[in-house]
Amino acid sequence: MAEEVILLDYWASPFGTRVRIALAEKGIKYEYKEENLDEKSKLLLEANPVYKQIPVLIHNGKVVCESTIILEYIDEVWKDKSPLLPCHPYERAQARFWADYIDKKIYSNSVKLLRSKGEEQETAKKDWIECFKALEGELGEKPYFGGQSLGIVDVGLVPFYLWFNTFETLANFSMGTECPKIVDWGKRCMDNDSVSKTLQDEHKIHEILVEYM
Amino acid sequence: MGDEVILLDFWPSMFGMRLRVALAEKGVNYEYKEEDLSNKSALLLKMNPVHKKIPVLIHNGKPVCESLIAVQYIDEVWKDKAPLLPSDPYQRAQARFWADYVDKKLYTLGSKVWQTKGEEQEASKKEFLDCLKLLEGELGDKPYFGGETFGFVDVSLITFYSWFYAYETFGNFSIEADCPKLIEWVKRCMEKESVSKSIPDPHKVYEFVLQLKKKFGIE
Repeated sequence: MAEEVILLDYWASPFGTRVRIALAEKGIKYEYKEENLDEKSKLLLEANPVYKQIPVLIHNGKVVCESTIILEYIDEVWKDKSPLLPCHPYERAQARFWADYIDKKIYSNSVKLLRSKGEEQETAKKDWIECFKALEGELGEKPYFGGQSLGIVDVGLVPFYLWFNTFETLANFSMGTECPKIVDWGKRCMDNDSVSKTLQDEHKIHEILVEYM
Repeated sequence: MGDEVILLDFWPSMFGMRLRVALAEKGVNYEYKEEDLSNKSALLLKMNPVHKKIPVLIHNGKPVCESLIAVQYIDEVWKDKAPLLPSDPYQRAQARFWADYVDKKLYTLGSKVWQTKGEEQEASKKEFLDCLKLLEGELGDKPYFGGETFGFVDVSLITFYSWFYAYETFGNFSIEADCPKLIEWVKRCMEKESVSKSIPDPHKVYEFVLQLKKKFGIE
């Protein structure tokens, strides 16, 4: 059966990047449509009238919004390859918890860190590092949050790996010193084609982040 | 097999109520432990070190935190009775989307309704009602958000009903006037024992909010 998969996205979005990685993991062919966020397309506004945001997945004409929800959808539809969630309900709940933690904390703390100065920035830096230390604790000795292979938490977090250098320079710290296991994890993720071929050029991301400062 | 299920909760929490409803729907026996949020128990702090919040479901010693995650967990473990999420992936994505919408919007907007005055309150009321109207639109002519049966979105939203009287009284407005179909849906849900026995009397919630306002000096 012919599947039509369209992704409405913005090239630098970490949320859109998650969906691209998941689609690559599952080997799904799709049409990528770049959105101009200053002039959103009619298709986007009709597909996501509630939030008017990317990413939006359109599968055989049916719309799925919100990146973490899209990841679960992709995992459930294309279930025979590269499972993103474990089978056991308790482990699934833990994976969802940490995916939700990333959703609640990483982006908002990143924006604070980018935009603050002086003492406020020191606090933002501390909060941001604390989040990654908590994630590092959850990772433990596992190669990936998903265990032996990429899972929903890995896919949810890895787009932010490209942001590390910008923040290290901005706020004068080293992720290698603060969260060495997370840095190792990021490098390990890059060994996966689905990640390395999807993640953007770090310099281009840096330029975008600088615009947000 | 003996299942030990404990719920760490706080009686007026619309998030904790979701778990009470889900557990009741599934006919699961559990031990309810009331938390004093100004003096959180060692158990709560141990079971939810990341957020230190209720509700926490502890199943055979293992904690599950965040209410919508815990409701999904309950649905997956006790899967033979009263399924809360549909089986079709697209329907599941829609259910998750709307439950997430409730989470993102209703608590914050509702809080603004009782915590603010004047123009700020008027703006909050409008936004709050707009959210409920959107949800009413999503419900459409279905008896429940889940279709013919009570489902995930129903569980996520119905618990806010216990706070409606407080919102309406402090905000001086009527939810039913703007969202009559939603209130019909509320009444339909309240006919279910799993719901009516799990959520507190809205007047008690009102009294609780009144005390909060006094405590924090919010007029």
